[in-house]
Amino acid sequence: MMPDSNRLASGGLIDRSKTIGFSFDGRSYRGYAGDTLASALLANDVRLVGRSFKYHRPRGIMTAGPEEPNALVELRAGARREPNTRATTIALFDGLEAWSQNRWPSLRYDVGAINWLLSPLFVAGFYYKTFMWPAAFWEKVYEPAIRRAAGLGRASGEADPDTYEKINAFCDVLIIGGGAAGLAAALAAGRSGARIMLCDEDCTLGGRLNSDLGEVDGRPGADWARHVTAELEALPNVRILSRTSVFGVYDGGTYGALERVSDHLAEPQPHQSRQRYWKIVAKRAVLASGAIERPIVFGGNDRPGVMMAAGVRSYLNRYAVKPGRRAAVYTGCDDAWTTAFDLARSGVTVTAIIDHRATVAPQLRAEATRLAIPVHLGADVTQTRGGRRGLQAITLRRADGREQGLPVDLLAMSAGWSPHLALTTHLGHRPRWSEAHAAFVPDALPPGMSVAGAAAGAFGLAEALRQGTALGTAAAEATGFAITAAPAPRADDEPIALAPFWHLGSSSKAFIDFQHDVTSADVALAAREGFRSVELLKRYTTLGMATDQGKTSNINGQAMMAELTGRSMAEIGTTMFRAPATPVAIGALAGHHRGRDFRPTRLTAGHGWAEQSNASFVEAGAWLRAQWFAQPGETDWLTTVSREVRDVRSKVGVCDVSTLGKIDVQGSDAGTFLDRVYINMFSTLPVGKTRYGVMLREDGLVMDDGTAARFAPDHYVVSTTTANAAKVMQHLEHARQVLWPELDVQLVSVTEQWSQYSIAGPGARQLLDRLLGDVVDVSDAALPYLGCVEFTWRDVPARLFRVSFSGELGYEIAVPAQYGDAAIRAIMEAGAEFGIIPYGTEALGVMRIEKGHVAGNEINGTTTAADLGLGRMMSQKKDYIGRVLAHRPGLTDPDRPTLVGLRPINPMARLRAGAHMLALGAAPTTENDEGYVTSIAFSPALGHWIGLALVKRGPARHGERMRAYDPVRDGDTEVELVSPVFIDPQGARLHG
Amino acid sequence: MRIPCPFCGERDVSEFAYHGDTAKRPDPATDDGQRRFFEAVYLRDNPAGPHRELWYHAQGCRSWLIVTRDVRTHEVLGAALATRGAA
Amino acid sequence: MRYSLFSLARQALRGHRDWQPVWRDAAPQASYDIIIVGGGGHGLATAYYLAKEHGIRKIAVLEKGWIGSGNAGRNTTIIRSNYLLPGNEPFYEWSMKLWEGLEQDLNYNTMVSQRGVLNLYHSDAQRDAFARRGNAMRLAGADAELLDADAVRRMLPFLDFDNARFPIKGGLLQRRGGTARHDAVVWGYARGASARGVDIIQNCEVTGFVRDGDRITGVTTTRGTIQAGKVGLAVAGSSSRVAEYAGLRLPIESHVLQAFVSEAIKPLIPGVVTFGAGHFYISQSDKGGLVFGGDIDGYNSYAQRGNLPTVEDVCEGGMALMPAIGRVRMLRSWGGLVDMSMDGSPIIDRTPLQGLYLNAGWCYGGFKATPGSGWCFAHLLARDEPHPVASAYRLDRFATGHLIDEKGQGAQPNLH
Repeated sequence: MMPDSNRLASGGLIDRSKTIGFSFDGRSYRGYAGDTLASALLANDVRLVGRSFKYHRPRGIMTAGPEEPNALVELRAGARREPNTRATTIALFDGLEAWSQNRWPSLRYDVGAINWLLSPLFVAGFYYKTFMWPAAFWEKVYEPAIRRAAGLGRASGEADPDTYEKINAFCDVLIIGGGAAGLAAALAAGRSGARIMLCDEDCTLGGRLNSDLGEVDGRPGADWARHVTAELEALPNVRILSRTSVFGVYDGGTYGALERVSDHLAEPQPHQSRQRYWKIVAKRAVLASGAIERPIVFGGNDRPGVMMAAGVRSYLNRYAVKPGRRAAVYTGCDDAWTTAFDLARSGVTVTAIIDHRATVAPQLRAEATRLAIPVHLGADVTQTRGGRRGLQAITLRRADGREQGLPVDLLAMSAGWSPHLALTTHLGHRPRWSEAHAAFVPDALPPGMSVAGAAAGAFGLAEALRQGTALGTAAAEATGFAITAAPAPRADDEPIALAPFWHLGSSSKAFIDFQHDVTSADVALAAREGFRSVELLKRYTTLGMATDQGKTSNINGQAMMAELTGRSMAEIGTTMFRAPATPVAIGALAGHHRGRDFRPTRLTAGHGWAEQSNASFVEAGAWLRAQWFAQPGETDWLTTVSREVRDVRSKVGVCDVSTLGKIDVQGSDAGTFLDRVYINMFSTLPVGKTRYGVMLREDGLVMDDGTAARFAPDHYVVSTTTANAAKVMQHLEHARQVLWPELDVQLVSVTEQWSQYSIAGPGARQLLDRLLGDVVDVSDAALPYLGCVEFTWRDVPARLFRVSFSGELGYEIAVPAQYGDAAIRAIMEAGAEFGIIPYGTEALGVMRIEKGHVAGNEINGTTTAADLGLGRMMSQKKDYIGRVLAHRPGLTDPDRPTLVGLRPINPMARLRAGAHMLALGAAPTTENDEGYVTSIAFSPALGHWIGLALVKRGPARHGERMRAYDPVRDGDTEVELVSPVFIDPQGARLHG
Repeated sequence: MRIPCPFCGERDVSEFAYHGDTAKRPDPATDDGQRRFFEAVYLRDNPAGPHRELWYHAQGCRSWLIVTRDVRTHEVLGAALATRGAA
Repeated sequence: MRYSLFSLARQALRGHRDWQPVWRDAAPQASYDIIIVGGGGHGLATAYYLAKEHGIRKIAVLEKGWIGSGNAGRNTTIIRSNYLLPGNEPFYEWSMKLWEGLEQDLNYNTMVSQRGVLNLYHSDAQRDAFARRGNAMRLAGADAELLDADAVRRMLPFLDFDNARFPIKGGLLQRRGGTARHDAVVWGYARGASARGVDIIQNCEVTGFVRDGDRITGVTTTRGTIQAGKVGLAVAGSSSRVAEYAGLRLPIESHVLQAFVSEAIKPLIPGVVTFGAGHFYISQSDKGGLVFGGDIDGYNSYAQRGNLPTVEDVCEGGMALMPAIGRVRMLRSWGGLVDMSMDGSPIIDRTPLQGLYLNAGWCYGGFKATPGSGWCFAHLLARDEPHPVASAYRLDRFATGHLIDEKGQGAQPNLH
């Protein structure tokens, strides 16, 4: 076979000066710039390109657009392999590599084709009736076989090496589709000055104008499209996005679109994204998405060589490719006659126009006669015959019932057109059946959307241009832009006549959904078995669920079901179209949010210092916090953490606590406000004092804990846990704005504005005296436990709180965040002579567990203040959020799991959080479950593991032995319930 | 979905946190306080139609808004600052 | 007709002409012993078990559209019993046991596929929380294994282990978890119920209740009034609307949950995987599509569709977890209308009105509960007492404070 043997000698929109080499299934071919993979394959006479899903039938190229059901390939190799890519939309690039799918060992000799022999068994839903015996065989035998057989292409299995972008855009008028109607709309609206965005799937604007020979304003349609494109490109208020599919309509005039930035290249340029996901907010939209041609359902209609009539015209006129040498046309619609005429003019032998209708317009017959094309009216194609290369002959049934064979290698079919209206239904609006169009047409529309051209059922060129102009004008005017009236572009075509017909009875398989191998017999079976709603039909047969989203198949299946069940198309309706209207790469919707950029990383001001100090970091929400600081020679984390704890308890340590939430509360009612959000009193807190507080949700369960410091009668600073900082802020703003707007109080989050360090240990005061002695008195008398003070340190404002989470003499010092790095270095320097060490969140956790302080593991959204041993803090003197519902019987039940300490009976035994608490000897059952271990630590001071747990009636059971049951880690430890305060219960160290 | 924040202008829904209906906090002093708090906190009209609801402009001005929205169509019918529109 | 390979082969020889409707499309009679409102999985399962286990004769299932048109046909088909709290875990484990015998019981292949459900963890605290959950599962007789990062890597080598913002540290695996074919569950129960005399009445929307004082004695519908000894509601998504006809306010908000499916590809993902550092879960259907989802959109909605922020969030989670799916294309999305309850757990209980029973509040997890929910609701309707494994699902638990709050989020349904 000569390379490029089906290429016409001249014509088309391809660039014959640019030859492009590519390969398919390992064989090399050549095409031209402007080709798609499909047109280049047809030019090279490659007709067999894939195998069908279920029966492994040989399949070829059926359409020339995104509705293609058959010609799916794996594009590219390695990590860039893209399965299920439609050959009809792949722009040819040099070095393109594509492979056929769903066949083994090769496309020509496919073992799976044996399924064809079993096809009488493989009817719709056959798997629901079988594979039940024996039960264990499903996962082991049947399902793996089904899974291997299913699917089409293979994903690469490797991380996608390309990048994706997201972008937001706003416009007055969004025009979806750059065919005749869309261009006319863009021209009309663009001239008004309104901000226009025009999105078109193709690489070249024009739509069908690029494939048909009709004229606009006296010049060929494709020329007119180039001319209009140039004018639009010159308008500063118009943005044209080619290779861009609008895939979804969302609320508030939001549209999702995908721009294929570099898919037409072998790989993206350096720093270029593969695709760009646009989120477009438009005041108005004009949908000009065109129409989709409908196949005819007849026996053997799936062979390579049976193609859509308009697709054939695209190959002839746009790509200068003859998809066959000896053709017939089968239709019930005037439009397909044009295909016959264009074929004949291109030198293809057209052996027959077979029209289902008994009569057609005389001018069509005249033209056929002129071109010497035999015409058969009231006739049908009942069967096709073919070999490995596809179609070889069709069986024609004439009006008089006689059948005859016609040798052809190309059959162009068309049952007419369906508006491509998916985007009109994304917000729940339903299309309406129109007898006049023999199609579903848009009815109610999303707010701000209008529909022009073939998408609205205007299948003729002149009418599409008129509608586009009118709706583009109206959309611009609706957004406040004046239009100087200009006439619509002119074309002088005739409206298209058609008679709807859907399928023919057939003794062999007549395909409705080509990709999913749904046949007319499957639809009949669904009707027989009661799956008569179009939605049930879809689910039972999988009609319309393939990658082509039913673009060519839904209507035929629905029509057949309507006929079988004696209902009209209006009654039976259509299934819902849902976003995306065209499949969208998952990577594009994720954008750059992957890998380490999945979520932002928050670093404290002291992060750089911590890195230099050999910190290991741990994620705490979005923050990275120092988990511990290993010293030379320390080989495991437990050694390091235990050393940090010992050093803090014997000397002094510093820990970055900047991530804790900080909320500035000011106003004359600040005290009253805090009284209402904390369970304890804050209006009585003296200035210069700090108090621990607990907040409940309105349902009575604990939300968060922390401290509030009072720096002035009308000024408090509230601290929250790291995890709940944003949630508490939202909660307090709710209380301020929604519950009690009458209070004089203002809130601002200052978490990021302050760096804060905890300095704890017996040497803490000496260290601070060394550091701050010249500006603030840190003596116990001047700054007793829970005191707080504001002062100026080295010309910057600073705050010092005498609080402790570790149970040691402790302080927290806060400085503006830009001085956070300087502050930690100053602290370390001043502390050197006292043996200061930095400690991380693990040591912090060990020390708080040793002191029985609760944290996130205990404040888990299901515990009450009483559960946590904090019930006494609940004020009897005032109301506060959560007070009333905290007194429900289920929350005051004495049987509730309550905080208790744990000690292993065997001092060597390790405890683990998440173990469940069982009575000794009790069977491990849900009924016997008495609680769970919340937090554990190795206590260096005690020399064994300790834990906190929530155990039914825990405080009353100190001294009792139980099982900490942990089967998922093979743990089963005998423990004693003890007080949760393991160290210094009198708090002597704290007050030291 | 876009919400017209009275302070910031129309913004994408992703900037906002949703809270729920606009049930008032009951008077805690009444005898049947527990029943009334239960109803306010837990029970919902949950209508299929216009719904008055609270949103928080978390990624914006931090205003709490009372938004009226048709929950069948997601059409936003109005938005007011909760401090003003609480009545 | 009994389904088997032999009956299929026999029919194949006859051109499949003798297959009968899978269920009778019944017309309403004047009265029934029990009416189930809602022809989804839960309603049909309830009717099936009422007929089969309790011998109730006159049962009707009323469906406003076509059966399975609600959440039964709009979920991600996952089955599992990996719950934490004692109010939940025994129920879901009972449901899992019913799944394991469902195909033989129904003589319908619902494609119950126990390929495993793996919940990944990314921190020590999350590991301990999953250990607590796994231990709770084991206490209830379910299976649970805690895997470390190496074990996860062996199972799923294509996850992002080396460049992740939140590194994978391990996972909680329930091998008996997996997926089932959602539509087949609906059809299988419908077939079984219909064969036992249950009237399945489609296109019959309930518009009100017939009351005799505080007693419900029937329903009014778009196809006339129907008397009933008892009425059970199984209309998740619309529970508040239907309960309102009886003057009840429920602890429920209706929300939209989106889900997504990709183009079919050859097998890539063996079981169900959930990402612990974002909201994302994924499995691969037998047809080859990747089925995935994440959070609910988070606002009240009856629209059965959501918006782009959630779509992006889900895909970001997907790419963070498995960057190998970047070039796989999302094919379809859909939105389910879910009953979000105030503690994230369901309700199977009597109501203050005699004769009216409620099965509601399934949040985004009703599919896996289908057999258990039907079993326990049937038990309640037939015997007027709760089934032991569902006894915590009381309607009054919000008033009394006996909450079943797995996530600890409180009365904030959009956070559950």
